Amino acid sequence: MKTSLRPDEIKKTVLRLLGEIAPEADLAVVKPDISFRDQLDIDSLDFLNFVVALHKQFQIDVPESDYPELITMDGCVRYLQRKLAQ
Amino acid sequence: MVEFLMPTLGSDMTEGTLVQWKKNVGDRVAKGEIIAEVDTEKAAIEIESFHTGFIERLITRPGEKVPVGTVMAIIREEGKPLEQVKVEVKAETKPLVEPPPSIAKTTVPSPATGPGRLRISPAARQLAAELGIDPSTLKGTGPDGSIVRDDVLRAARVGGIPFTGPFPLRGDDKGEGQVSADRQTRIRQTIATAMARSKREIPHYYLSTVIDMGRAMTWLKGENLKRPVADRLLYGVLLIKAVALPLRQVPELNGLWKGNAAIQSHDIHVGVAISLRQGGLVAPAIHHTDKQSLDELMKRFQDIVKRARAGTLRSTEFSDPTITVTSLGEQGVETVFGVIYPPQVALVGFGKVVERPWVVEGQVVSRPLVTASLSADHRVTDGHRGGLFLAAVDRLLQEPEKL
Repeated sequence: MKTSLRPDEIKKTVLRLLGEIAPEADLAVVKPDISFRDQLDIDSLDFLNFVVALHKQFQIDVPESDYPELITMDGCVRYLQRKLAQ
Repeated sequence: MVEFLMPTLGSDMTEGTLVQWKKNVGDRVAKGEIIAEVDTEKAAIEIESFHTGFIERLITRPGEKVPVGTVMAIIREEGKPLEQVKVEVKAETKPLVEPPPSIAKTTVPSPATGPGRLRISPAARQLAAELGIDPSTLKGTGPDGSIVRDDVLRAARVGGIPFTGPFPLRGDDKGEGQVSADRQTRIRQTIATAMARSKREIPHYYLSTVIDMGRAMTWLKGENLKRPVADRLLYGVLLIKAVALPLRQVPELNGLWKGNAAIQSHDIHVGVAISLRQGGLVAPAIHHTDKQSLDELMKRFQDIVKRARAGTLRSTEFSDPTITVTSLGEQGVETVFGVIYPPQVALVGFGKVVERPWVVEGQVVSRPLVTASLSADHRVTDGHRGGLFLAAVDRLLQEPEKL
């Protein structure tokens, strides 16, 4: 099913999902081009949980080989826009 | 009828505040089920029941602060009529019956007590198990020097109990009355006490080895390719299992140092170091680590990390680790020189996986490598045994399908 979401909608959703996974992290200061790991102390388990959450939210399959595309906010927006348009 | 007591969860804990009861009068409670949440000045901890039965009476009120060993509730044991109460009370002063099988591993008498049986009343033995006290470290004041209930309570109050691990930081501190803030400072103090004791008392030796992770990474990649996202495995879970299994061959590394002797644990409960985003760390046990499949371990690991960060770990998860694994690879560190958590006798560390030149069958090739290190208590093991252990970890990681 083709859907399209505006970048700001994707950002908002990504922030919400990150907030659910890492409630202790300060999401107000997330920079778009720096990895979540470096900014929010997100570890591999948090990241896996994030991918699971994206899968549930957007009904998309994210193979492990795509993980590097999802490590920043900019990357997430690009990846999700592309995936959702497929 | 048995008493549910305020347990001790650390060497310096003398009292605790009941946050809330998880059961009401009349409710059935199973052994191992959470019965109460207690605040220990350092953290809120879920306390498990050591008995199966029905809640007869709740004595302590939420918000009330009581000393360690205080009777907080009465549980009517399942299948036991009321008449047995008197029998049990009698047994305390005159042990006529065989002591019950040990509930926690800490009740195993240490070799330091000599070949004879430890003289301890069944009630005292049970209380010691509930409070996490090693009875072999106690001096008995009962008939013929046997250990009675009062001896256990006294030991609990003076705080002569070995430290059992750092405490969790409650992620969501709602400031419920006595459950005060400023846990960060206190968790730091707890770690300080444990680590200072470790460096003061434990003669560490350190070994390390570089392990080729090529096969393990390829296997994991193939495995995860077949799996839906929610069922994928993390690399760290392979490491935990690869540490747990060889402990069967080198059991000296799996246990505790208590009193003046090493106590090997029959069960393998690997403590997993989890860093908390607010600072500090905890290392709760994944029980029976060696017996879990990788899938089960993954689920348990996910669950324990989530609860560690939410501050809802259970008392036995703090008291039961028999060895600890720490992985600092995600922070970019290549080698860990770990400090053992007393009273454990070993800690295994993993650094990050790095691509480096490596010789395979006479050819220099690029391989993903990880440095595994062992910090061990030289009172208990020597480098030779430690080396055998690390070699066994390496071998297992070359055959990941066997994990």
